[in-house]
Amino acid sequence: MMRSLSRISAIFLKELSQLRRDRMTFGMVIMIPLIQLILFGYAINTNIRDIPVAVVDHSQTGLSRILIQMVEATRVVRVTERLTSIEEAETAIKAARVRAAFILPADLSQRVARSPAANLGTPPSTDEETSRPVAQWIVDGSDTMIAGAIKSLRNMPLAELNRQAPNRSTPTFEVALFFNPEQRTAINIVPGLVGIILTMTMIMFTSAAIVRERERGNMEMLINTPVRPIELMIGKIIPYIFIGLVQTVIILGLGHLLFNVPFGARIADLFVGTLLFIGASLSLGLVLSTIAQSQLQATQMTVFVLLPSILLSGFMFPYEGMPVIAQYIAEAFPATHFMRMIRGFVLRDAGLMELHRDVLWMCGFFVLGMIVAAFRFKKRLD
Amino acid sequence: MSSSGSDIVIRAKGLVKSFKGFRAVDGLDLTIERGMIYGFLGPNGSGKTTAMRMLTGLLTPTEGTVEVLGLSVPKDAETLKYKIGYMTQAFSLYGDLTVLENLTFMATIYGLPSKRKKQRIAEVMERYELTDLGNRFAGKMSGGQRQRLALATAVLHEPQLLFLDEPTSAVDPESRRHFWEQLFDLVDGGTSIVVTTHFMDEAERCHKIAIMEAGQKRADGTPKDLMAAMGANVVEIEGPNLREIRRRLLGTKGIITAAQLGARLRVLVREDIADPEAFLKNKDETNGASLIEKVRPTLEDVFVTATGEGRQ
Repeated sequence: MMRSLSRISAIFLKELSQLRRDRMTFGMVIMIPLIQLILFGYAINTNIRDIPVAVVDHSQTGLSRILIQMVEATRVVRVTERLTSIEEAETAIKAARVRAAFILPADLSQRVARSPAANLGTPPSTDEETSRPVAQWIVDGSDTMIAGAIKSLRNMPLAELNRQAPNRSTPTFEVALFFNPEQRTAINIVPGLVGIILTMTMIMFTSAAIVRERERGNMEMLINTPVRPIELMIGKIIPYIFIGLVQTVIILGLGHLLFNVPFGARIADLFVGTLLFIGASLSLGLVLSTIAQSQLQATQMTVFVLLPSILLSGFMFPYEGMPVIAQYIAEAFPATHFMRMIRGFVLRDAGLMELHRDVLWMCGFFVLGMIVAAFRFKKRLD
Repeated sequence: MSSSGSDIVIRAKGLVKSFKGFRAVDGLDLTIERGMIYGFLGPNGSGKTTAMRMLTGLLTPTEGTVEVLGLSVPKDAETLKYKIGYMTQAFSLYGDLTVLENLTFMATIYGLPSKRKKQRIAEVMERYELTDLGNRFAGKMSGGQRQRLALATAVLHEPQLLFLDEPTSAVDPESRRHFWEQLFDLVDGGTSIVVTTHFMDEAERCHKIAIMEAGQKRADGTPKDLMAAMGANVVEIEGPNLREIRRRLLGTKGIITAAQLGARLRVLVREDIADPEAFLKNKDETNGASLIEKVRPTLEDVFVTATGEGRQ
């Protein structure tokens, strides 16, 4: 037992010395979370604004100009081009100069007069012939988020055209937004970023850990020593646990300073949860490392795990929007569980008890990963 | 572990290692006694390294049994690892760690108690002239320095048995000579050594050697006995047109092989020819030779007769 502990510490110290001398890697440990946090924290925004659009105004009246100004005033779109024909507008969309075109027909005034949205008191016609929308949007619908933003303009009230106060109708439902009432994207992105960056660095480091010994020719000597596979595995992951914690502190600390993202009420639970995720990611990396034959292969496998961790974990797209099968696949990745956990800790003041299913899953993943990695690591050359 | 006190350190019977049908080691029997340097001599691909890896438990034999220091291998390989030292063919310590860090790492891995560890590291650093190189990165050292470090780490835990896989292939002749002196010091201290090599001069220094070819042992014994029992006499021929003489002699009955060494042609004549000097002098093929004389055989002659074209 004592021998075992001292062997683990020997491997840990060796890894630490090697890491310390690898300036590039050491720099990346700090720079990756720092730069990515600043970049994504500011850049990623799901509240879409200022979509460039073209206007084709066949009406050319005061009314049409006011209508265009009203649309611009929503800040959803920004008029960048004024065109004369629908064909030109379609070309502009094809050329991606604009995402949509706003087409105002020549009979705009009559349409507005009949429109219930303008609230002119005219009884809404049930006749299809007379109750027509006032104008048309043609939209590059390939990006569903852009299309959705423009669709939100569909029922825009037109009462202002008439210098009336906007129609204050009672909504069917009352919606109370918990945890992120201002709907700031950074609140959701920053904690998620902890999961993505940890997945990336932790798996990347450890997936190369064993295969590097092989590639640099140290393996033959190492397997000739009495070191046990599990000792090697544990010794190798300890330095990276510290690195993972440092990265978490950078992301959450800076996220707090720059984007006002809270730490949540239960720091201890946050710490334990993050530790579990680091452990799960490291053990996954070790398993990959026992499979990979070269560092290049290890990197490829890291990417193979990283992409679904970004796309399926709920970091970018809501987990609930995925088909059930994809949800099952997503459950296999530690990042999915961590997304739920960290957002729970940080944003909803949840604790380990509330999230015990993710906690247990992460523990199981870590233990299983370590056993599989140690089992797969053979102290033989055949 | 009763037999670890006996005089046999390695006993292998019918050792076979196949890689996808290719028999890298093909029916090897070995008995290696304590307190000697035992060499595997053979060309690349003759199965020396594979044989050594089976002896240390790194490879599982396809067939056959191995007993090293009284332990059955590969079953007890992990226990054995405390008792043996191994120096790999390519430098396999950490290039980005210093000499001292490498030694400390290995000493801890072998579980030396901390007091003993310091003492032992200081000892090997002094013995292998590494004291001044303590803070040097292993990757930045010369071939000879690396080799000394590799040997120092291999003997840190004072193994009874040391395996060296082509230990001198990356060092200059001066370092090589020095290295062998250190090996004899180790033997003097009670260590047994198994070494693979493809250098004749190195093999000649071994107490006993096994000549390996195509995964099989062609001959074994002390270099002296092997030379005596070679089954051939060596005759050297001097004169002009040595290439021509050689061509004519090859394929002649009674001639095993002929090879030019500088201004001399070294001819191996079958032992059953009673007077090889006269035999060659009377042959038409040696017309024009200025000198024909019988000389002492070397290990290379043994190697040539035991392997390849020389083998009957």
